[in-house]
Amino acid sequence: MYDCLIIGAGVVGAATARELSKYDLKIAVLEKGTEVCQGTSKSNSAIVHGGYDATHGSLKAKLNVRGEKLFETLSKELNIPFDKCGSLVLAFNEEDEKKLQELYENGLKNGVEGLKIIDKDEILMMEPHVSKEVTKALYCSEAGIVCPFNATFAFIENAMDNGVELFLDEKVIEIEKNDDAILVRTEKGSEFQTKILINSAGLYSDEIASLAGDTEFTVKPRRGEYRILDKKVSDIVKHVIFTTPTKAGKGILVSPTVHGNIIVGPTSDPVEDKEDTRTTDSGISKVDEVARKLVPELALNETIRLFSGLRASISQGDFLIYESKNIKGMINLGGIDSPGLASSPAIAEEVRDFVSRHLDLVEKKNFIKERKAIPHFNDLSDVEKEEILKKNPNYKRIICRCEMITEGEIIEAIHRNAGARTVDGIKRRVRPGSGRCQGGFCGPRILEILSRELGIPVEEVLKEGQGSNIVIGRTKGVL
Amino acid sequence: MEYDCIVIGGGPAGLAAAIEAKDNGADKTCIIERDRELGGILNQCIHNGFGLHEFKEELTGPEYAYRFIEEVLKRDIDVYLNTMVMDISKDKEVVALGDRGLMNFKAKSIVLAMGCRERTAGAIGVKGFRPSGVYNAGMAQRLINMEGYLVGKEVVIYGSGDIGLIMARRMTLEGAKVKAVVEIMPHSSGLNRNIHQCLNDFDIPLLLSHKVAEIHGKNRVEGVTIAEVDNKFNEIEGTREYISCDTLLLSVGLIPENELSQKAEVSLDPRTKGAFVDSNMQTEIPGIFSCGNVLHVHDIVDFVTRESRIAGKNAARFARGELNNKKYVDVYPGDKLIYVLPQKIALDDENGALICFRSRKIYRNPIVKIYTEDKVLKEKKYKIIVPSEMIQIPLKNDVIKNINGSIRVDIEGEEND
Repeated sequence: MYDCLIIGAGVVGAATARELSKYDLKIAVLEKGTEVCQGTSKSNSAIVHGGYDATHGSLKAKLNVRGEKLFETLSKELNIPFDKCGSLVLAFNEEDEKKLQELYENGLKNGVEGLKIIDKDEILMMEPHVSKEVTKALYCSEAGIVCPFNATFAFIENAMDNGVELFLDEKVIEIEKNDDAILVRTEKGSEFQTKILINSAGLYSDEIASLAGDTEFTVKPRRGEYRILDKKVSDIVKHVIFTTPTKAGKGILVSPTVHGNIIVGPTSDPVEDKEDTRTTDSGISKVDEVARKLVPELALNETIRLFSGLRASISQGDFLIYESKNIKGMINLGGIDSPGLASSPAIAEEVRDFVSRHLDLVEKKNFIKERKAIPHFNDLSDVEKEEILKKNPNYKRIICRCEMITEGEIIEAIHRNAGARTVDGIKRRVRPGSGRCQGGFCGPRILEILSRELGIPVEEVLKEGQGSNIVIGRTKGVL
Repeated sequence: MEYDCIVIGGGPAGLAAAIEAKDNGADKTCIIERDRELGGILNQCIHNGFGLHEFKEELTGPEYAYRFIEEVLKRDIDVYLNTMVMDISKDKEVVALGDRGLMNFKAKSIVLAMGCRERTAGAIGVKGFRPSGVYNAGMAQRLINMEGYLVGKEVVIYGSGDIGLIMARRMTLEGAKVKAVVEIMPHSSGLNRNIHQCLNDFDIPLLLSHKVAEIHGKNRVEGVTIAEVDNKFNEIEGTREYISCDTLLLSVGLIPENELSQKAEVSLDPRTKGAFVDSNMQTEIPGIFSCGNVLHVHDIVDFVTRESRIAGKNAARFARGELNNKKYVDVYPGDKLIYVLPQKIALDDENGALICFRSRKIYRNPIVKIYTEDKVLKEKKYKIIVPSEMIQIPLKNDVIKNINGSIRVDIEGEEND
């Protein structure tokens, strides 16, 4: 019997697992995918928002502001790539300026620090490439950029270092309450018993809730389409550059990423299918139109990747965090769309408080607070490079030439807790395939390494999901 | 470690340059190669058709490469395999990582011969899902020809670049069904002989003025939607068509891989995406030379060899302190050319220049004219000139040594698309 069972290993599930792992609890995380971080957490704007735009008094406002503060500490403890680069919301006319003033006041009420409305000269000093048409901007020094993948990996890895168990390929299909436990069954036929059940299933959180008979919310996914630009054009902006927000969302942004690329997007279009992560002509044109308005010289022709992700939006508009009406001890985390990433550590604290109302929380004596990221060879100093080469000859072999990733980094990504199982899993952890050749050169080498390290035939290596095999057999073998 | 000449890249360009450097007095010459063997991209080009100019016979890619590898091995040229150059400076210091750990080199001259990479689905903005089954044609070629894996059974190829055409035939021979080659331009971007030998001979349709509008399939490719485009590459409404397939190969262009060149502060020509070079293949950084696909994308390896010999020979001359040209003129492409190389010619060099260019459109029975001001220095007639086939014309020093103004290269003749 588990004390806590978490459904869903996105950033919220992972942050929750890490928070709860501070206490003497038996915890497991169930994930339906082949790896952690495969839903909304893998495809979003990668921003830790300042917290000025969520309506004052909402849960989003409270948890965003708290989450941003927590990210500062966590990024140090867990070695998460996080850069508090600050953000600018640009206004181009009086109406926008009025909106900026509202945002500013709302931000102050939310307790956001470092807010300032600045004029054109100051904006152009900070960001010389934004449109000269800009009139005013709301600057927020607290906003930052983060690697959403490595945030998720850091949380789950550290949670597992502290005893949390992870079960992959486990899709929950049944939830039942008996006298003293909640019973969870999966498609594969596994059964888990737990005292506390945490529904952090993101896009599927409504379906998990309904397994418990909870029908308070329905996820209506909203798709966001993006461009990722080559590192060679990364000098164009240094802050997260937003348009003035509308009802549909925070609008399209142009931002550096922690990896040194530029991200442009997202759109916000409702879709029916929770897996409909297509990019479209209309979506990308919309992205381009706004991006050009914000940063006219932006080199959109230096795109290396188009992608889209789905937000787990619900009609209530706010995060909906509540105990199941039908199953005592189950908590639903509904509507975790933006600023879900920024709020994730604060949501984890909410869950902890919920758990503390049901179980006695005793702090672990031997809690491991820190986790070290996989060292990126190319970023090390010469002395550190020599040291790591002496210890591990796998660092001598560069596999990804665009991002200069060594075999050592890739092997470590596979063998860590919640390690990479797939080509995309490797890409998200240590970046081969994220560069300008998009895996054209390193692809065959990654296949070989995954096959060797996992002890599976090359034919069984997946890109990401089940059925996404990269090769289908030996040549001549299929004739 | 100190060298007279360091050649970065052990493909056809690097091999020819290293041999030539060594033979011209760069006694200490080495090749630094990131892959596990010499030969570069030729190793995966197991089809024949290489060497018609160079050896007057048809060789496969590995055979062509081996002719040069043998010559390298005969000479006292150091070869560093599995070794990646991490950094180079304009002072010709090289940092590399390989089997022996981090290595620091210093050279009198450097030849950049790193080749090119393929444009990707992201770069050309193909919409839809991003499942497995979308490969750059060159990556698929490596998987099939060198690693022995089949990538799919029902194939659509986007782009009619030579690798795409070669792969259409290769996939067919491996038992796959190639349903179409889709090309956005009104003409193929591959060699004419490849259209015949790789598509026509296997009844594979070439759909010109078409684009892949959308990729379908969440985990594995299930199909693509194609559409016809107008002469501005905009989709023509009502022309969408679905083709079911499990694989999409992309052959949509090659890009010289100059990230390393830029670390050495070598400036690049936006037209070729390669270095600015003079007629000795020297970049604007003295002692750093560039040749092969890292300089501009070639379609015939024999031409790479020819150009790389010039680079290697002059890298040796530089190392010996014998490359001291003073008198240069600029070379400009005429309106009908996409680019011309070299961008500068040394007039006081007895070796003359090898003019290379690509046309913008197709021309039948054209004359290529090389001018200075209004005077024609050289002209040459062709049956046909197409954008997919690079032209090389040697220019002897006698013809140019006494000119003063810049040189312009252009085509005279009727466009024929």
